Amino acid sequence: MSNNAHAPATKDAQMGAIARFLQATEINTRLLGMVGALLLIWGGFHIYGAVFNGQGAFITPRNLWNLMVQTSSIGIMATGMVLVIVTRNIDLSVGSLIGVTGMAMGILQVEILPDYVGIGHWSIWIITAIVGLALGALIGAFHGWLIAYRDIPSFIVTLGGLMVWRGMAFLSAGGKTIAPVDANFALLGGGPYGTVGEMGSWIVGAIAAAGVIWMIVAGRASRSKHDFPQRPMWAEYVLGALGLGLIAGTVWIVNAYPWPKGIVKDYAAANGLTLDPETTFISHGFAIPVLILLGVGILMTILMTRTRFGRYVFAIGGNPEAAALAGINTKAMTTKIFALMGMLSGLAAVIASARLNSATNALGTLDELYVIAAAVIGGTSLAGGVGTIYGAILGALVMQSLQSGMVLIGFDAAVQRIVVGVVLVLAVYLDNLYNKAVK
Amino acid sequence: MTNAMTNTGTPLVELRDISISFGGIKAVDNVTVDLYPGEVVGLLGHNGAGKSTLIKCLSGAYQMDSGEILISGKRVDIQNPRDARAQNIETIYQTLALADNLDAASNLFLGREIVGPGGFLDDSAMEAETRKIMARLNPNFRKFNVPVSALSGGQRQSVAIARAVYFNAKILIMDEPTAALGPQETQMVAELIQELKKQGLGIFLIEHDIHNVMKLCDRAVVMKNGQRVGTVNVNEVTDDDILGMIIMGKKPAKAA
Repeated sequence: MSNNAHAPATKDAQMGAIARFLQATEINTRLLGMVGALLLIWGGFHIYGAVFNGQGAFITPRNLWNLMVQTSSIGIMATGMVLVIVTRNIDLSVGSLIGVTGMAMGILQVEILPDYVGIGHWSIWIITAIVGLALGALIGAFHGWLIAYRDIPSFIVTLGGLMVWRGMAFLSAGGKTIAPVDANFALLGGGPYGTVGEMGSWIVGAIAAAGVIWMIVAGRASRSKHDFPQRPMWAEYVLGALGLGLIAGTVWIVNAYPWPKGIVKDYAAANGLTLDPETTFISHGFAIPVLILLGVGILMTILMTRTRFGRYVFAIGGNPEAAALAGINTKAMTTKIFALMGMLSGLAAVIASARLNSATNALGTLDELYVIAAAVIGGTSLAGGVGTIYGAILGALVMQSLQSGMVLIGFDAAVQRIVVGVVLVLAVYLDNLYNKAVK
Repeated sequence: MTNAMTNTGTPLVELRDISISFGGIKAVDNVTVDLYPGEVVGLLGHNGAGKSTLIKCLSGAYQMDSGEILISGKRVDIQNPRDARAQNIETIYQTLALADNLDAASNLFLGREIVGPGGFLDDSAMEAETRKIMARLNPNFRKFNVPVSALSGGQRQSVAIARAVYFNAKILIMDEPTAALGPQETQMVAELIQELKKQGLGIFLIEHDIHNVMKLCDRAVVMKNGQRVGTVNVNEVTDDDILGMIIMGKKPAKAA
């Protein structure tokens, strides 16, 4: 049968140094583009602040730390939205799911559980979080069932869900706000106490570094087992150095942001310590929601790239008919994907309500749009079949960077929306150009 | 050449009185067909004659309304493509049924992935196996790490064929395997069919090109409007006889 055995020799000769570098390290140019866009946004806001406000406030440990925390809830949901969009569906209900699961968890931990186990009991946050995740998964599975087994388009099912679950969130407590939440539960939202501290952050960094090294070594071992061509050694070292450098830099940044003086004072008083708030430097370290996002990102990446489930998600997105003919139960897959999306919405609700220290029926309003935008900016194709988890998380970071940057330099909400809207459309247009250029 | 009159013993496949309708229209109406080991049976007829629909009942893509399927004399229940694969029935669809966004190895093993410890996909092993089978079927194939959307028609075809051949099929269904191919590639498919025949596979071949039918098939089943017009031994009739059956819907007098 025919073949296009292109001549690699001539092609190599035509490639520049950059192209050769990218080929050897197998760094995705799309990823590179997103990181470039991110750095451009960060640098732009920082310089704008320095020029017009006399102080660049963006690239500071404090702002970057906040940025990470603010990204976590949208980022977690965006990883699930990748699966939904890759299989040619959409989920408009995730914001309302945050509302209804957030309210359910608020009522459970404030009005129900204390009657049985007592206020402040250690088990409250665990039971609450599990119930929230399970409720989200259940609602998501119901959406998925309607889509897969009753042939209602996902756009309609989740548009209905958007209204139904927001209404339910209001009715669940008659529109009341429930506050404050359980003290342990509140730690899941971040904040000065909801962090792992300096030493904890270095431990997290060390584990991540070990993971990077293991991936490189295991990758080489697997390639050599089947006699596949190896990456050149220098490329392995470059990748390793980039990975370790990124980890060390991130740990350094989160550790460079100290507790505010008031918190130090409260902490000293509560623990009977004598600390001078003026001179004591207690690092925040990684916030718990950021670690949850990282954990979700890693698990979802494994799910998508290393398991049958993930392979089937891509196959359904590429050609639903072919997937079915290959014996994949596409209806069950759709149900599971929406259940997973619902569960991740429940997890996002844990973080969002813990961060606010309250449950309100408006929690998560408009989040569906930011989640979809994050996934799409991250390279997920609405035509289906294409998308990455890291892309969606980076997309969420881009969106959050824009918003937080505009808040810092004092753009008002109307301008923020205009900019975010323009950036979304522009990002997809640039992606089209990129895809045409690659072909 | 195997001859229907000399086919003895138990057929590999018997499709008995198969019927299936869509919205009141009988796409396949009481059709009976059999297939012996080492035999190629051609399915012929106009578009809409019911060839593909009949064959999809065997491959599990459709569920028949009535009738029965016997494999090696035993009645089997084929509800979905998984059931068909469990009976060693492999299908090369006319559309090829490839997921365009996945590479050759992912398509070849789709639904039957090789997993390592912990149930994780062993992509390297799958690629290695794909390289082995492609070296046999299409030695010029090099594009192992790109989505199949980047492949030529012939290369895509070879991926689809590799998928059917790799898993030790006993019964192979080929729905117009040469429709998208050039003369040289068509010749390769013809040689492959001869080789598989020798190995004792039974092959259902849906084919429009009458010359290919005369060359490749032992028997030909002609269908029209969902019904079987007749079954003939290819070496006892001329291509005009078969064309007559397809167009007129009647069996020629001498073969009847």
